[in-house]
Amino acid sequence: MNATRYIRRYWQLYALLVLPVLYFAIFKYGPMYGVIIAFKDFNFFQGINGSKWIGFDAFREVFAMRDFYKTLRNTLMLNLLDLIVSFPAPLFIAIMLYELRTAWFRKLSQTILYIPHFISWIIIGGIAYQVFGTQSGMLNNIITSFGFDAVPFLTNKSYWLITYLAIGVWQSAGWGTIIYLAALTGLNRELFEAAEVDGAGRMRRIWSITLPSLKPTIVTLLIINIGHMISIGFDRPYIIGNTTVREYSDVLSTFVYRVGLESGQYTLATVVGLFQAVVGLVFVLGSNYVSKKLADQSIL
Amino acid sequence: MNARQGGRLFDTVNMIILFLLVLLCLAPFVHIIAISLSSTRAINSGEVSLLPIGLNWNSYKQVITDMSMIKSLGFTVLLTVLFTVFCMTMSLAAAYPLSKMKLKGRKFVMFFIIITMFFSGGIIPEYILVRNLHILDSIWALVLPGLISPFYLIILITFIQNIPDSLEESAEIDGSSYFRSLFSLIIPLSMPVIATLSLFYAVGRWNGFQDTLMYITSPELYPLQLKLYQLVQNNMVSDLMQLEGANGTQLLQPESLKAASVIFATVPILLVYPWLQRYFVNGVMLGAVKG
Repeated sequence: MNATRYIRRYWQLYALLVLPVLYFAIFKYGPMYGVIIAFKDFNFFQGINGSKWIGFDAFREVFAMRDFYKTLRNTLMLNLLDLIVSFPAPLFIAIMLYELRTAWFRKLSQTILYIPHFISWIIIGGIAYQVFGTQSGMLNNIITSFGFDAVPFLTNKSYWLITYLAIGVWQSAGWGTIIYLAALTGLNRELFEAAEVDGAGRMRRIWSITLPSLKPTIVTLLIINIGHMISIGFDRPYIIGNTTVREYSDVLSTFVYRVGLESGQYTLATVVGLFQAVVGLVFVLGSNYVSKKLADQSIL
Repeated sequence: MNARQGGRLFDTVNMIILFLLVLLCLAPFVHIIAISLSSTRAINSGEVSLLPIGLNWNSYKQVITDMSMIKSLGFTVLLTVLFTVFCMTMSLAAAYPLSKMKLKGRKFVMFFIIITMFFSGGIIPEYILVRNLHILDSIWALVLPGLISPFYLIILITFIQNIPDSLEESAEIDGSSYFRSLFSLIIPLSMPVIATLSLFYAVGRWNGFQDTLMYITSPELYPLQLKLYQLVQNNMVSDLMQLEGANGTQLLQPESLKAASVIFATVPILLVYPWLQRYFVNGVMLGAVKG
């Protein structure tokens, strides 16, 4: 088929692609081009192309900032602690749901446990201050009514860390069960019956049948999580955090926002963002490589 | 103890633990509802935990008669609908041609799109772009930058590829064009996945916060989350000020009003969620199959 005939036959398909390709070119590749301001003394007046080149000066400045290392440490720390605390929770809950015999109760539990996933961080933050507040928070009302001192859940950095993690579990544990439950639907119930005939109790069956069948899912999810160690959402640390716990709550995403948009140091903030993107890419590709080796499964 | 008894004990314990987890999941919501319905005196004295004390509806009356709140709700609905319609239109326009393996240039376009999943310019270059396009502080700043998620696009492409070719071939023999086949065949057959992805886009937009904080400055364009954020922030400041012993509480709105506002912003999600839960769960399954 020659070119003219090919175009005449398929032009509609290409026409459909025009707007989406334009979208990616402008809104995804545009900012990628904009990254060059990391090497320029950027200001809006002169624009991206007009601003003066400064080489790696901004990188030197960022790598000399104490706050940069602090936010980098906090990002890794919060992600790692989150992984330790929030990763096993859905697994346990999924197994408990799977073992549940009463269908209506199982359905009801699932519906309710999924809800926090659909609540925005703003709302969660609003609720958190009512529950964990030092002066009139529900938990402290209970604690003080027993004659103990109020606990600064949100204003002491160590307590804040626990609060942050607990809220994370509350928000994500229920929804996280879906992927495990999906993996378990493929499990052959006859295995359980055979095990029962052999005299295996419930715990034994969970340990020897259910858990091994979830192993590939667990490994894959774990690798994906490790691949995202350096990327952290903005909303959760920004909203749950506050100025009194900044020592722990300040992470790369909030740092970029503060330096870039609140202080107008666009070049420095872009450098931090670029650092995060490049390291993030290395992490993701690395974890995919490990996944291929270990589980013979590409997660990309 | 024999195995049967052990099994029954297991079931009972399992059920009790799950029941407690469900309560733990709901308790914060119950508390905030209790606060929203309680009198200021009872809240300040710390009596309110899970049941309202000094029951009254004043805070809700105040929230729903606050025109700026109603306008913000209206704007958020408009924004969410506009965003979702745009997202799905663009996604379908991209997914249909890209589902055709034989299309020349398909590989290149896929590569062009998938690259963006792994590397992005970051929020500062994005902000500069939005500013240079002169859409800062307008609804378009919240609609255009997030139109197509490559991840959802791949789900859609995979779904369309699973529609049997024979259906489309018979339509083409009838002299149907690709446009026609998209509208009369592909879209109707893709309804389940369209519903699921629309929901994900809509919830993401409804709950989205960072871009509203970055791009919106005019109060009349505040989506609910941004409006609520000011209340939350206010809340935090009051907690800190009381900690430091400063007397700033008179300036602040009563806790019950903040709680009522939080409920006001949560209810729309809670109203649609139980009916649409099926589609949300489907979405995760679709993603999981791909992953």
